[in-house]
Amino acid sequence: MARAITRNRKTFNTAAAWIMALLLFFPILWTVLTSFKSEPDAVLSPPVWIWFDWTLENYRAVFETSNYFRFFMNSVILSVGSTALGLAVAIPAAWSMAFVPGAKTKDLLMWMLSTKMMPSVAVLVPIYLIFVKLHLLDTRIGLVVVLMLINLPIIVWMLYTYFKEIPGEILEAARMDGATLRSEILFVLLPMAIPGIASTVLLNIILAWNEAFWTITLTTVDAAPLTKFISRFSSPQGLFYAKLSAASTMAIAPILIMGWFSQKQLVRGLTFGAVK
Amino acid sequence: MGQISLDKVTKRFGDVSVIPPLDLRIEEGEFVVFVGPSGCGKSTLLRLIAGLEDVSDGRISIDGKDATGVPPAKRGLAMVFQSYALYPHMTVRKNIAFPLRMAGLSQADQDKKVNAAAAVLNLTNYMDRKPGQLSGGQRQRVAIGRAIVREPAAFLFDEPLSNLDAALRVNMRLEISELHKSLKTTMIYVTHDQVEAMTMADKIVVLNAGNIEQVGSPLELYHAPRNTFVAGFIGSPKMNLITGPEAAKHNATTIGIRPEHLGVSGTEGTWRGTIGVSEHLGSDTFLRVSGTGLGDSMTVRADGEVNLHYGDTVYLTPNMAKLHRFDQQGLRLA
Repeated sequence: MARAITRNRKTFNTAAAWIMALLLFFPILWTVLTSFKSEPDAVLSPPVWIWFDWTLENYRAVFETSNYFRFFMNSVILSVGSTALGLAVAIPAAWSMAFVPGAKTKDLLMWMLSTKMMPSVAVLVPIYLIFVKLHLLDTRIGLVVVLMLINLPIIVWMLYTYFKEIPGEILEAARMDGATLRSEILFVLLPMAIPGIASTVLLNIILAWNEAFWTITLTTVDAAPLTKFISRFSSPQGLFYAKLSAASTMAIAPILIMGWFSQKQLVRGLTFGAVK
Repeated sequence: MGQISLDKVTKRFGDVSVIPPLDLRIEEGEFVVFVGPSGCGKSTLLRLIAGLEDVSDGRISIDGKDATGVPPAKRGLAMVFQSYALYPHMTVRKNIAFPLRMAGLSQADQDKKVNAAAAVLNLTNYMDRKPGQLSGGQRQRVAIGRAIVREPAAFLFDEPLSNLDAALRVNMRLEISELHKSLKTTMIYVTHDQVEAMTMADKIVVLNAGNIEQVGSPLELYHAPRNTFVAGFIGSPKMNLITGPEAAKHNATTIGIRPEHLGVSGTEGTWRGTIGVSEHLGSDTFLRVSGTGLGDSMTVRADGEVNLHYGDTVYLTPNMAKLHRFDQQGLRLA
């Protein structure tokens, strides 16, 4: 009896997991399907699923009207740049929080995380004005800094959690062995934390790649990444769903492929601190 | 090289004083053991000398030079940790070479010193393994190798054998002692195990609650413990401490007699009691004798072949020349 119940439950869980996964995946699937439809087909009601005239017309149109490669390069520069800058700031910060914590370290960590709970739009005006004053609007450097600051709490938190798992005695041994602080971090801490750093990097590249609020509001042409590229294809009139879907598919494909190949690291990154 | 002195060294964590003002002088080439129960401050004291903790007050000097504010890397000391603290991502060779690499030695010099240390420690066949592929004893040897190549002014050992099994512990104990004999470098060794302290030390520092209870050679501590704490801590099994009227007979508050200084007889003696548990070690038998009216049960060290059993009545006679007397404060009476 017990076996039967277990098996039923297992079947149920598997089915539930599949339904959940399909629900989550459905918008992406629908976007990809729509990108191959003609504009009239894309708005048909009831919708057509796969029995429509497949066309690459939208992709051609998107390529003809805009320079995809420039947006793509901007996305790469912004996501990689902000992650690299974030690591440079977060590694020393996480080191000190993990290995020489003060009385307020926990509070500081909580405060950092709490900034993520604030709606971005609340600081839009001050940041916009700062950007205007410093002539940073539509510059990659300005956006790299903003994206870094937005994701910094997550980078620090993740690195802090990974560093915590490294026994302090090993760092003390390095200190006794004559290592300076720089060598201690470079030759001992970082090599030991590589799996954690890899997941942090991957997750932050994805977050920065997908960030739409700041990248859309603070750019026009020069620094515009793929999020801006997508938004250009939505228009207040006429039919644009199919072209918009083609643009979206092109924007998410690179990061989706990267995510697919680094699933293992990502899962570890996303469940950080959950399993000791 | 390798003379270390502590001058009024104090350590406080917040309001809690872990080490009250403490003075200690460690001579060049000495093997000094810090021993005491858990939480007595022995590891903290070692970490203060290493520079891994900052002193709250006082002065530490190494070879006559003030080292109080000097970072650990610059003190010229090497440390072996309880957990070995090897670098898991490096091979044995790289682990041992790490301090040399930090010191900026050429690759050829590094190789020469690493190979020499490996030969001394029987690690030559394991040089390309990672620490995860080594046994506990081998890991400990790598940790010692990493310390040796630095040619430090002094070695600091923080309970280095606690994670090893009993047989290996005895072996490593001998190896460390031999190493001291051949290197003639100052060694400071922290342990809670008084057998390690007795067997390895030139000088034992007995610590209790951050205070130095006594400093002396193993036999000094054994023969003339300065107070009841040292009397009870040094020696295995523990000294029997007796208070009350029996002590008063000897003009003392407490008297102490070691298990090996009690004669046991089935027919006559000073104190009469009943045998409880006996521990047969082959060479010796440790008898627990209760019902003597002297407080706790007494431990007696008898011959390995002794023919006494649970519940037997026995008589104990102390060797009066070996009796220790302590006053009201627990201090030794002359």
